[in-house]
Amino acid sequence: MISKNSTYSAKRKVKEKLLKALVFAAAGITGLLIIGVVIYIFFRGLPHVTLGLLASKPSLLNGTVGILPNILNTLYIIFITLLIVLPLGVGAAVYLNEYAKNKKAVRLIELAAETLAGIPSIIYGLVGMLIFVQFCSLETSVLAGSLTLVIMTLPTIIRTTQESLKTVPNGYREGALALGAGKWHMIRTTVLPSAVDGIVTGCILSVGRIVGESAALMFTAGMANEVLGFFEAFTPGNAGSTLAVSLYVYAKERGDFDTAFAIAAILLVLTLLINIGANFAAKKLGKGKDRK
Amino acid sequence: MQAIDVSAPKSNVRKGGLKKAADLLEAVMRTLFTVCGFIAVGFVVIITVFLIISGVPAIGEIGIIDFLFGTRWASTAAEPSFGILPFILTSVYGTFGAILVGVPVGILCAVFAAKYANRKMASLTRGLVGLMSGIPSVVYGLIGMIIVVPAVREIFGLPDGANLFSAMIVLSIMILPSVISVSETALRAVPKEYEEASLALGATKTETVFKVTLPAAKSGILTAVVLGIGRAIGEAMAVMMVAGNVANMPGIFQSVRFLTTAVASEMSYSSGLQRQALFSIALVLFAFIMLINLTLNLVVKRSDKKK
Repeated sequence: MISKNSTYSAKRKVKEKLLKALVFAAAGITGLLIIGVVIYIFFRGLPHVTLGLLASKPSLLNGTVGILPNILNTLYIIFITLLIVLPLGVGAAVYLNEYAKNKKAVRLIELAAETLAGIPSIIYGLVGMLIFVQFCSLETSVLAGSLTLVIMTLPTIIRTTQESLKTVPNGYREGALALGAGKWHMIRTTVLPSAVDGIVTGCILSVGRIVGESAALMFTAGMANEVLGFFEAFTPGNAGSTLAVSLYVYAKERGDFDTAFAIAAILLVLTLLINIGANFAAKKLGKGKDRK
Repeated sequence: MQAIDVSAPKSNVRKGGLKKAADLLEAVMRTLFTVCGFIAVGFVVIITVFLIISGVPAIGEIGIIDFLFGTRWASTAAEPSFGILPFILTSVYGTFGAILVGVPVGILCAVFAAKYANRKMASLTRGLVGLMSGIPSVVYGLIGMIIVVPAVREIFGLPDGANLFSAMIVLSIMILPSVISVSETALRAVPKEYEEASLALGATKTETVFKVTLPAAKSGILTAVVLGIGRAIGEAMAVMMVAGNVANMPGIFQSVRFLTTAVASEMSYSSGLQRQALFSIALVLFAFIMLINLTLNLVVKRSDKKK
């Protein structure tokens, strides 16, 4: 009996050790993998991030490459997308949290937002091309790309804003209403200012998504490498590729891996900054919850 | 802390026209917010309608059986053939391969972060997972092209390493962050009493984690798996860079095309029926994604009911 028991416990011990080792191995390998990838990209990319690369456009005559147009296009697309998606997304969140009384309507909207969040970006690219490039005849342009990304980032803005609206104490609303404020006045002066953390988090996450996006932009914003002026970016017909799209073009279509890795390193730095920013904003959001 | 605007009471003294104007403003704002609220629904409807309108004609022309189950895709041949079975199977196999590797590793990582790591390690893990999910897919594709593809070629002695196997490797890494973060949340949500009861009965910590906590977090982990499937089946750019992009029937070391890459790779130069067929492929992909979303909703709803 005792011997049987001890073999059983020996088996148990081995199994226990094995499972534990498996857990640590999986975590260790994944951690090393990701750190390795980051270091590798910086190692291959950073030496090629030069002032000449950052501040010029590609020139066939001189045989030089430059990513200034791509940097500018990325900024334009971020700007235009946020300009449009912010009012829409924040408005939707305000409706869901402050106005909507019909539970079915709320569920329907939330379901729609979840569906949008689950659609892959290649489908957005295709639909954006059908709707904005062809149907609205904006042609392949920075504007069409931005409008496509508006649809894509909408669920993010709605979700983060809604989460932060939920943390605004009801007492604030009651206080404002008791003082005689109208509903819109109450929202504008009391609810929205308290939800600013969530809106900022949503913006940061959306910027992250826009910076990394390529499939949705290839057929909507195009692959052109011309420097566009600020107002040209708002007019139909001016195509332009972002950093992520140009990375694809340099790597896959031109085989210029030095430039591709330089762009990858820049994208990685941006990702790091965006993550730190989002964490910081989320922490502030968390504090807001504690405050109650 | 936000101060409540004290100027509010002044506007309370409304008379006649002033009150009317205020009411009008309220009504306008209410309408505006309602419109914003339903815009997400509008977008979903527009996307669906546009995909159906542009995807259905080609399916009708080719014939739904020939389209879905045809094994030969030769869109630019003299006698074109539009069978997308190779793409469907490639997407299914590729996703399955990614899940096969990505899910167990992801769950083990989540177990580490939720149950074994101390505070510092857990927050480090979370940071790394956040970084991983933030890395653009083209960067994964680049790494795949430069490291995975040559490695696969050398290890297996192939003429070319750009094949389904390389795509599976890249995809399994790309689904890790969503699998890890969702499973970790699920594991953390398991009531402490379950684990305490198991420990009190003499089970070791590892036994408790694997026989009590993991089964209790089942529905959350299932959600993670479905999310991973959605991410893998929808990925286009990274796959395009490592899978070789030839419309073969899938084989582990074949150069293949996924549903996503089939759309992306021919779109820029397509015309006529070929172009319409690409929209039909997108429609099929969309149907897959909607199916996955539906499953996800059912899983989440069921787990909500349990609570």
